[in-house]
Amino acid sequence: MSGTPATTLRVLRQLRHDPRTIALLLIVPAALMTIFRFVYDHEHATFETAGPALMVIFPLITMFLVSSIALLRERTTGTLERLMTTPLSRLALLAGYGLAFTLLAIVQAGVVTGLSLGALGLDVAGSTALLVALATAVALLGLGLGLLASAFARSEFQVVQFFPATILPQLLLCGLLVPRARMGSVLHAISDALPMSYAVDGIHHLVMRPGSNGSAAGDLAIVLAYAVAAIMLGALTLQRRTD
Amino acid sequence: MNYLEPAPAVTAHELAVRRGGREVLRGLSFALPAGRITGLIGPSGGGKTTLMRAVVGVQRRVRGELMVLGLPAGSAALRRRLGYATQAYAAYDDLTVRENLEYFGALMGARKAQVGEVIERVDLVGAAGQLVRSLSGGQRSRVSLATALLGEPELLVLDEPTVGLDPLLRERLWSLFRELSAGGATLLVSSHVMEEAGRCDEVLLLRDGLLLAQSTPAELTERTGTDDLDRAFLRLVESQ
Repeated sequence: MSGTPATTLRVLRQLRHDPRTIALLLIVPAALMTIFRFVYDHEHATFETAGPALMVIFPLITMFLVSSIALLRERTTGTLERLMTTPLSRLALLAGYGLAFTLLAIVQAGVVTGLSLGALGLDVAGSTALLVALATAVALLGLGLGLLASAFARSEFQVVQFFPATILPQLLLCGLLVPRARMGSVLHAISDALPMSYAVDGIHHLVMRPGSNGSAAGDLAIVLAYAVAAIMLGALTLQRRTD
Repeated sequence: MNYLEPAPAVTAHELAVRRGGREVLRGLSFALPAGRITGLIGPSGGGKTTLMRAVVGVQRRVRGELMVLGLPAGSAALRRRLGYATQAYAAYDDLTVRENLEYFGALMGARKAQVGEVIERVDLVGAAGQLVRSLSGGQRSRVSLATALLGEPELLVLDEPTVGLDPLLRERLWSLFRELSAGGATLLVSSHVMEEAGRCDEVLLLRDGLLLAQSTPAELTERTGTDDLDRAFLRLVESQ
């Protein structure tokens, strides 16, 4: 994929010129996790079950917001049209974004995981590497959904409206608030169709049951499949020829 | 044209584009001579940008025949051989001038050293480390122009590259265009300023999606009986 490393470097350089965004991406999840820990100071069991789910929710939110706005800008400022006149293929462009966001997600997940397992005293029975892998897969899902949202928005005002439309329902139905097993059959069916349900299932497998790395790996594969599907679908919206 | 001349860089036959329910280009036939500077001149809204987008292969709903460097417009093999500068600058605001050019250079397979060379050619040496966001409008459009020069393209499509520039800079850019053409490149340069037509080897006069004329500037003044290109344009419109 020629042009992918150059695109990754370009996206990372854009971020480097925006240290405030980097700081927000890294500090906010850590701070929220800390608040969450003390909100449930007297109910440590709740923190033990709901806290880990946050570790895959942060990358979804941040990557969706970052990528939907970044790609909307590519579409509206003329840089995408300009790229389409170069030999860069659409998949190479998206792979470049994917790689840059994966790196970012790994750093973000590293910070949150380190803090949660260390200072906040969260117990994870399963593999930490799988935990970070799940967070990274969710980051790619955020990229794919952000890419799709950018195709249906004309402005930054519109694109952020896709956040409550596409991300919040997943958070309501993913098993964070109510275990999925306790949902009615309709909600459960919808929940089954949404990728974040598997991300949170995966986390629950990792955190609660020792030796459940296997089922978490299955969940990871499902989330990755959704992420790839969203990115591929989004690639179709990057037209080389436009009106 | 005689048989000693090289094949045209671009040929169009009955080229038409429909956009937003309106016929923006209405059956154009022309040829761009290779190695020359052709000015695409005409009022705003006449279809200049649409024509350029068709040539570089990003315009949807193009009908008729359009051949670029011997291949149908939009062919993947052309992307390495074309340089395109859009009218509104196309560069990343949150990167420096040099970072922008390094990126486009990597995509075009340009030599690493060429980045510094094009920065010099468009007179942005002093601003190379600055974020594009912090540049003036004229500087930004030159960043966009610089990206088009990377990778030694055979055909340069430049959409209003001199708009809003001071006379000194405009002069510099025209001598740059001359240099590129002397080096063998074909240039298609658009402008809504008739005065710029006089600097081209050939002009395509485009108005309301139709070609009013394709000729040399000298032929144009001869045909219309006036040295003033603005007046020549008006006479052509009147006699249409």
